[in-house]
Amino acid sequence: MPHPRTLALALVLYFAAGAVQAQAPAPPTVPDTLAQRLLACMGCHARVDARGNPVNDAYFPRLQGKPAGYLYHQLQNFRDGRRQYPLMTYLVDHLPDAYLREIAGHFAAQPPTLHAAQAPGVSSRVLERGRQLVFDGDRARGLPACAACHGAALTGVEPAIPGLLGLPRDYLNAQFGAWRNGARRAHAPDCMATITARLSLEDVHAVSSWLASQPTPADSRPARTIARPLPLACGSALVQP
Amino acid sequence: MKKLALAFAALAVAAVAAIAIAWPRAQFVPASSPAAWAATPANIARGAYLARAGDCVACHTARGGIDYAGGRALDTPFGRLYGPNLTPDMDTGIGRWSADDFWHALHNGKSRDGRLLYPAFPYPHYTKVSRDDADALYAFLRSLAPQRRPNQPHQLDFPYDQQLLLAGWRLLYFKPAVFAPTPARGAAWNRGAYLVEGLGHCSACHSTRNRLGASGDGLEGGLIPTIGWYAPSLTASGEAGLGDWDQAHIVALLKTGVSPRGSATGPMAEVVARSLQHLDDGDLDAMAHYLKSLPGSDAPPPYTGARAGDQLLADGRRLYASHCLDCHGAEGEGKAPAYPPLAGNRAVTLTPAVNAIRMVLNGGFPPGTAGNPRPYGMPPYGHELDDAQVAAVLTYVRTSWGNAAAPVTAQEVNRWRGAPLD
Repeated sequence: MPHPRTLALALVLYFAAGAVQAQAPAPPTVPDTLAQRLLACMGCHARVDARGNPVNDAYFPRLQGKPAGYLYHQLQNFRDGRRQYPLMTYLVDHLPDAYLREIAGHFAAQPPTLHAAQAPGVSSRVLERGRQLVFDGDRARGLPACAACHGAALTGVEPAIPGLLGLPRDYLNAQFGAWRNGARRAHAPDCMATITARLSLEDVHAVSSWLASQPTPADSRPARTIARPLPLACGSALVQP
Repeated sequence: MKKLALAFAALAVAAVAAIAIAWPRAQFVPASSPAAWAATPANIARGAYLARAGDCVACHTARGGIDYAGGRALDTPFGRLYGPNLTPDMDTGIGRWSADDFWHALHNGKSRDGRLLYPAFPYPHYTKVSRDDADALYAFLRSLAPQRRPNQPHQLDFPYDQQLLLAGWRLLYFKPAVFAPTPARGAAWNRGAYLVEGLGHCSACHSTRNRLGASGDGLEGGLIPTIGWYAPSLTASGEAGLGDWDQAHIVALLKTGVSPRGSATGPMAEVVARSLQHLDDGDLDAMAHYLKSLPGSDAPPPYTGARAGDQLLADGRRLYASHCLDCHGAEGEGKAPAYPPLAGNRAVTLTPAVNAIRMVLNGGFPPGTAGNPRPYGMPPYGHELDDAQVAAVLTYVRTSWGNAAAPVTAQEVNRWRGAPLD
């Protein structure tokens, strides 16, 4: 008959060994999270350097904090050929609507990245022209103010109107260009196509330069609502996307 | 002189006779009864399933367009073709087609007006489809809502736009014949062969096309012209050969787009998303069974050329550690099915290395399927890594953990940077 203390020690060792054994062959696990599933998006849309500063953002638009309905529409637009960026089309080509909706919701729920004011690199006359178009529009030419739809703070409006701040100027220019030549389309009636057709190249230059030079406000979440009806009918900016 | 003329005449007669004998005449098999193509729910459902198996929707639907209303451009080395409208519109679709007309197109590669069809429409495969199945497909297509969408004329280069040339091509490469089962191989094997060789038209991509665009009968793999992806061999054990795959893993790849051995990417992602995931397990089992039974052709010899330099491998190892290791593991073991293994993964060690290069440049998601509705994605690195860096990391991956493939050069990487993405 072994000493009770020896027996206890043996038992402890036995169970300890069992515990080690249970831990050892743990198979590699992949977190079941959208953040993990969507790492493919981060290299372009949210790349940060070792200090957490955004890098490589000369073109790629931010996704974080944009309205979910807007993001969902864009994912569908890339997949269905209403927007032209071959790499995006390739990435979302075989993803079902339900997943695209989840992806949109995931990025919409992230806090918007803050964006410091940028040196505009254009004359103050151009900037003033841009500011005017953004906040006042040009009634004589049937141009509503950007703020009339995109919100007084230009941070967008739930559920489907995007914010305009914190985006690279090249990206903004490319979007106006794409609307102008029909490469970017939205659900009919395509209000932005109508507006872009009324903008001169100087207008586009002024608006993009002003928008890209602005800092994002401390709270850059989209506004909950905006006065409706909107100045133009918009197929993609319905109350329910 | 007269003798020579006579000899020429004799030769000409012999040639004409040879053509007449060899000419694969259009083969007509009558419908078993008008009930075979009647618009009954059973026929329509069966036809819808068969249309999935044939992935008809892929070529007969424009991006963002209505299914089967046509308009997708298909680039070939001979020019651009457009999938026509298959909805039953009277003027722009197949509204005026009879079940026999449809049979002639599917089985004989002839349009209703008698024109020969271009084999971008894979009738050298579809000719194996039984008349009963063709009739069910017809019933299904007739059940679609008619879409008024005029067909775009093909843009083929001269002389490929000449019907006479097409007639010659058919003489060389096409013979209409319904699939003939091999009873000794059993029902599952024959069902698998019928689907793989017929509606599935797998060898349209998974074989090398010759200079006249004819695909081989085998599934030995090949570079898909113009779109720049390599469809690996389904037979050779040295490539993506399926001989040593578990049948269940093949079925998982076809049904869900992911498996413990690898994931479907590039054009195969589309095939899984639009076609294979919708097939029932019995048919997928049969296809996998048939594929596994194919004799392995000679595996390409192991690479014995110059080894990559130490500096290149060190660069590759460093890049791997910072960009790839988190998901694919220190030993290339992966975390399947989310992240496929790279050690022993033939998609990685294939030569040419185009698929691996494109995965690094463009990243990608496996298809979202009922069995894997929220796939994990791989980031594109094309804007982050230059050609030499992509070459270094791939050379490291292709020569580590038991992989022993040829190094990748920066020139090879550069070649695929501009490959079309959509």
